[in-house]
Amino acid sequence: MSTTIARAAPGGPARPAPAVAMPVALSTSIRSPLRDSLRRFFASGTAVLGLAVVLVFVLMAIGAPWITPYGADQQLLTDRLKAPSAAHLFGTDDLGRDVLSRVVFGSQISLRVGIFAVALSLVTGSVLGLIAGYAGGWLDGLFMRGMDIVLAFPATLMAIGIVAMRGPGLEMALVAIGIVNIPTYARLARSMALSLRERDFVIAARCLGASGPRLVGRHILPNSLSPLIVQATLGIATAIIEAAGLGFLGLGAQPPTPEWGLMLTNGRAFLLNAPWAMIFPGLAILLTTLAFNLVGDGVRDALDPSMRG
Amino acid sequence: MLRYALRRVLALVPVLIGVSVIVFLFLHLIPGDSATAILGEHATPDAIVQLRAAYGLDQPWPTQYVIFVGHILHGDLGKSIRSNVPVTSELSQRLPATAELSAVALLFALVVGMPAGIISAWRRGSVFDHASVVGALTGVSMPIFWLGLMLAWLFGVELKLLPFSARLDTGARFTPITNLLLVDAVLRADWPILGQTIRHLLLPALALSTVPMAIVMRMTRGAMIEVLHQDYVRTARAKGLRDRVVVGGHAFRNALLPVVTIVGLQVGALLSGAILTETIFSWPGIGRWVYESIQLRDYPVVQSMTLVIAVIFVVTNLLVDLSYAWLDPRVRYR
Repeated sequence: MSTTIARAAPGGPARPAPAVAMPVALSTSIRSPLRDSLRRFFASGTAVLGLAVVLVFVLMAIGAPWITPYGADQQLLTDRLKAPSAAHLFGTDDLGRDVLSRVVFGSQISLRVGIFAVALSLVTGSVLGLIAGYAGGWLDGLFMRGMDIVLAFPATLMAIGIVAMRGPGLEMALVAIGIVNIPTYARLARSMALSLRERDFVIAARCLGASGPRLVGRHILPNSLSPLIVQATLGIATAIIEAAGLGFLGLGAQPPTPEWGLMLTNGRAFLLNAPWAMIFPGLAILLTTLAFNLVGDGVRDALDPSMRG
Repeated sequence: MLRYALRRVLALVPVLIGVSVIVFLFLHLIPGDSATAILGEHATPDAIVQLRAAYGLDQPWPTQYVIFVGHILHGDLGKSIRSNVPVTSELSQRLPATAELSAVALLFALVVGMPAGIISAWRRGSVFDHASVVGALTGVSMPIFWLGLMLAWLFGVELKLLPFSARLDTGARFTPITNLLLVDAVLRADWPILGQTIRHLLLPALALSTVPMAIVMRMTRGAMIEVLHQDYVRTARAKGLRDRVVVGGHAFRNALLPVVTIVGLQVGALLSGAILTETIFSWPGIGRWVYESIQLRDYPVVQSMTLVIAVIFVVTNLLVDLSYAWLDPRVRYR
């Protein structure tokens, strides 16, 4: 949107803009921050490339039942460990299952785990962090000590520990990955709340009688969203790798689920004579995480250009 | 500095207590009866009673926790349910293997990551810079378990250039001293064993170093870009100092601080990554031990190893904090 405005004379009220633009009139584009961010995001070739790859995987996940040449668990026992060919573009595994079809179906699982695990960490971490940062005092102290303790464990190790104890499974892996990443979001939200609670607009709202929950929900949260969104986008990539790692260790999805990490474990046994059974699921993990990282970097640069590398 | 160090060490106490509580609760995360889960459904009632008594599982939780901490403070990490061997004795065999692998991986990460970061920042916008940035992004996105498999397949199976399992060739005769084979081979002046050790280390260390390497590169590049815009760098250049002296002597020293922090944090990534890497390369370290114990439902070992790794991680972070304060005196007064 473009508009012509007249500057108020010093000490005097603003006058309406004349119908005919003065030669010295200031022409200013009033843009929304969202539109600016979107423009910056789409100006970045790598971010758009990342988004395109993510969209391809999303479409693959949605359309898997219709676009795959074979079922995820369909066994062609006469075609076991077949090298890539026109009939099986990515070859087949030891049970004669089409690797391409399983990789495509696997995108459903990886995207689901990535998105839901991040949603769990994002929502829980943000609520905890915002409350602690806004409340301050002993609540904040308690929160920080709690986070220090959880952060004393490397995240992947903690996830492995939780799933090892609770029993393997995709849902448990999802929950464990969600739990171990809570501190990242909580600390981020807390630091935002700490800085925002001293800002004029929050103080003004407090003076007008806004309650604590309203201040946090209506004023602090919306202004904390940018770094949280950036972290969440990058977090999806991490969650996908962690889930595949748990699957690889036999702690995530269980056979015959076409989960990429689990496919790698199965393919590992045939490293010598059928490397394709692990090359393609691994490439799928790499491509997805790379794409989400590209999108994450793009979102970060778009929302906060000062962070651009 | 001493006061700062003391303060930091004291701050560690509540964290370590919290860590011990979480690790203690690990056994109680097991659904159903822990003793039955540990021993299996076919365990005799006597065995279950004995196990409950040995681990204090028949006591109230607070008592169990006190017993648990008491054992740890006496250096008793329990026994493996499967092998009946004390965890500490197995740990002394396996920890050096993981330490050696992690140290070499970290060395790779620093030797490649730091110069790449410096050159990228120095020649910002160049082909090298773009290639490094893409390489680093690929590195942080890399599933290291897949990379490990690919390296094993390519260099081990296809090209037959490097071994891809164990620490020494099958049939190699060598009596270790510290179980750090690189050190032991030098101490015993056994050069063929040193060669074997290096060859066996290359692939797993390379796989394990990928993510830290990428992170070190990104961090060094970012820190250098910031420092290269500082006034004192401009002054040094204005004085007519050569670019190499300015970048290497003036800028890099000051860019090193954030890099030190990130290197410390990589220890956690290396220890977690070791579980996957050691599993792929049959490396007899604590990572593989954790994996095997999970498969065998040897819960006390999983519990103890989680504690050991967390403590190593926490202590490393403390050392990084202290080194940071030593390198930058301003940190001590914050």
